[in-house]
Amino acid sequence: MSESAISLNTELIKSSASALAAAIAHREISSREVTDAHLDRIEQVDEQVHAFLHVDAEGARAQADAVDAKVAAGDELPPLAGVPVGLKDVFTQRGIPTTAGSRILEGWRPPYDATVTTKLKGSGAVILGKTNMDEFAMGSSTEHSGYGPTRNPWDLDRIPGGSGGGSAAALAAFEAPLTVGTDTGGSIRQPASVTGTVGTKPTYGSVSRFGLIALASSLDQGGPCGRNVADTALLHQALAGHDERDSTSWAGEYPDVVAAAAKRDVKGMKIGLVKELSGEGYQAGVSQRFDEAVKVLTDLGAEVVEVSCPHFDYALAAYYLILPSEASSNLARFDGMRFGLREGDDGNHTVEQVMGLTRDAGFGDEAKRRIILGTYALSSGYYDAYYGQAQKVRTLIAQDFAAAFDQVDVLVSPTAPTTAFKLGEKLDDPVAMYLNDVATIPVNLAGNCAMSLPIGLAPEDGLPVGLQIMAPSFADDRLYNVGGAVESALVDSWGHDLISEVPAL
Amino acid sequence: MTSETGNTLDVAAVARLAELARISLSDEELQRYSGQLDQILHSVDKVGEVAADDVVPMSHPQPLVNVTRPDVNKPCVDREEVLRQAPAVEDDRFRVPQILGEE
Repeated sequence: MSESAISLNTELIKSSASALAAAIAHREISSREVTDAHLDRIEQVDEQVHAFLHVDAEGARAQADAVDAKVAAGDELPPLAGVPVGLKDVFTQRGIPTTAGSRILEGWRPPYDATVTTKLKGSGAVILGKTNMDEFAMGSSTEHSGYGPTRNPWDLDRIPGGSGGGSAAALAAFEAPLTVGTDTGGSIRQPASVTGTVGTKPTYGSVSRFGLIALASSLDQGGPCGRNVADTALLHQALAGHDERDSTSWAGEYPDVVAAAAKRDVKGMKIGLVKELSGEGYQAGVSQRFDEAVKVLTDLGAEVVEVSCPHFDYALAAYYLILPSEASSNLARFDGMRFGLREGDDGNHTVEQVMGLTRDAGFGDEAKRRIILGTYALSSGYYDAYYGQAQKVRTLIAQDFAAAFDQVDVLVSPTAPTTAFKLGEKLDDPVAMYLNDVATIPVNLAGNCAMSLPIGLAPEDGLPVGLQIMAPSFADDRLYNVGGAVESALVDSWGHDLISEVPAL
Repeated sequence: MTSETGNTLDVAAVARLAELARISLSDEELQRYSGQLDQILHSVDKVGEVAADDVVPMSHPQPLVNVTRPDVNKPCVDREEVLRQAPAVEDDRFRVPQILGEE
C-alpha cells in the first residue's frame, strides 16, 4: 500500500495502524489525540466487552507525548511511532499489574519488562494496557480468566475465543488497532477467527519468550494481532528478532513480512488443502466460506491440490499430554513464596501446607486439571505410554508437514471448526472445549508458522469465519503474501472490509 | 469410565497427584476433577494407537544445543523492587513459613 493510498478514517478508532502511523509522522494528528480517542473508547465500551484487565492511561499518555515531542523535534521515527497497542497480560511490563489471567498473581507488578514489551516501546508503540486471557493461556474461550470472561463484540452473549480473547475482542471493538497475543495451541488464531480479525503465530523462535509467563515452553510463541494483514505484518516485524535472553531464540535470517504483505501475488503458487482438517466436525457455514476462499485462490492463479497429513488425527491427543506435562512443571514456580498470593501463613502451617493452600486458592479449575494431568503423564510408570509416546507423535506430525511442504508452498484449512459459541456452552465439558483447537494445534507441535484471517460470515449465524494459512518454519512471509492476496480479493468483492460489519456497541 | 489402556483417574489417584503437585484440593474438587480427568485421559489415549517404536521423540521444535552467551556481568533486577512484590519480607529477605513441621 503506498502512503498516498492511506487515508485516515474520519473516526480515529476505526483507522488502520498503518494509517495512524503515517498521519502521526506527517503531523496530521498527534499521538496524544489518537491515544486519547482509544482510551475514551475503552472507557465507553469495555464494561460490556471486558477486553482489558488493566488500562494504563497515564503511562499511555506519557508514551504518546514522548512520540509527539520526537515528531516536533523532527527526529527519525520508529515504525509504530505513536500507535496504540494492547498487550496480552501474559507479558511482563515493569511496574504494571501483570496477572496472566490468574488470581495467584493478583496485584503483582513485575520488576522487569518482557523483551516483547521492550520491543514495543522501542518501536514507538503506545501501550494502552493489558488484555484479558484464559488463566495462564489455558483455554479457548477466555472464560477461564480469573477475572471474568471477555465478550465477543459480534454478539456479547458469545465467546471471543481464547486464550487471547481480550486481544482479539479489543481489535473488533475498536479499542486498539493492534494487540499482542501468544499462541501455544491456537490462542492467537482461534480468537482471530471468531472475532473477524487477523492473527499470526510466528515460527517458533521468532519472538522472544523472555518475560512471557511460560505455559508450555516448547510450544509458546508470541505474535501479532490486527484488523488487516498489512497492520499485522507491521507488528510482526516489530516483535520478531534474536534475543540472547531466550535460549530458543532464532539467530538466523528473518523474512521481510511487511514487503510480503504488499506483494499479494499467488500466481503459480502451489497450495495444499489438508484432507484431515475438513469434513466431519466442521460447521456447514465454515466449510462453505472456506471452499469459497479456496476458489478465490484458484481464481488468483494458484494451483490447489489436496494433501494428506495422516498424523494430524493424533495431534490433539499428543498436545493434551505435552502441554499439561510442561505446564505442570512451569507452574510449579507459583508457590506463594517470592511473589503473588500466599494463603494460610498463620504460624502453624508448614511451608508445604501454605504452598498447597495458596495453589488451591489461586488457581482456577482448568489450571488445576491440567497440572494434575501433567503430573500424571510425567509420573513413573506412565511416562513412556503418555509423554514419551506423545513426543513421538510430535515427530510424526513434523514429518507430515515436511512431506507436505515438499509438494506445496503453503497449506490451508479452516482456522476453527465452528464460529463463536455461547458463553457457558462448553465450560463444564473440557474435552468439547479442546476440540476448538483441532486445526491450529499441529503447527504448534511442529513449530512452523500460521495465520488466520477473516473470509466472511457463516450464513447460518452471521458470525465470522477464519482461513488458516500454514507455511514452513521461517517462511512467515508466505503467510502475508497469500493472506494479503485473499484479503484484497475478498474486500474488493464485498466492497468493504468484514470488520466494518461488526454491530455498533 | 476406564481408558483403553486400562488406566483410570479415580478420586484416590487424583488426591495423590494433587498432593504431588502441592494443591490442597477440597473433597468437592476431587470428585469433580476425577470424572473430568478420566474423560480427558480417555480422549488422549489415542496416542497409543500410533505405531512409533522406532520414532525419535521430539522435545522441541528447534534443534538447538548448548546455547550460550558471553559470560559478562549485567545489571540484575532491583532488589527493593523485587522484595516489594513478596508476600512477606523480614530483614531484607523473603520470609517463608516453617520448613520443618513440629514432628
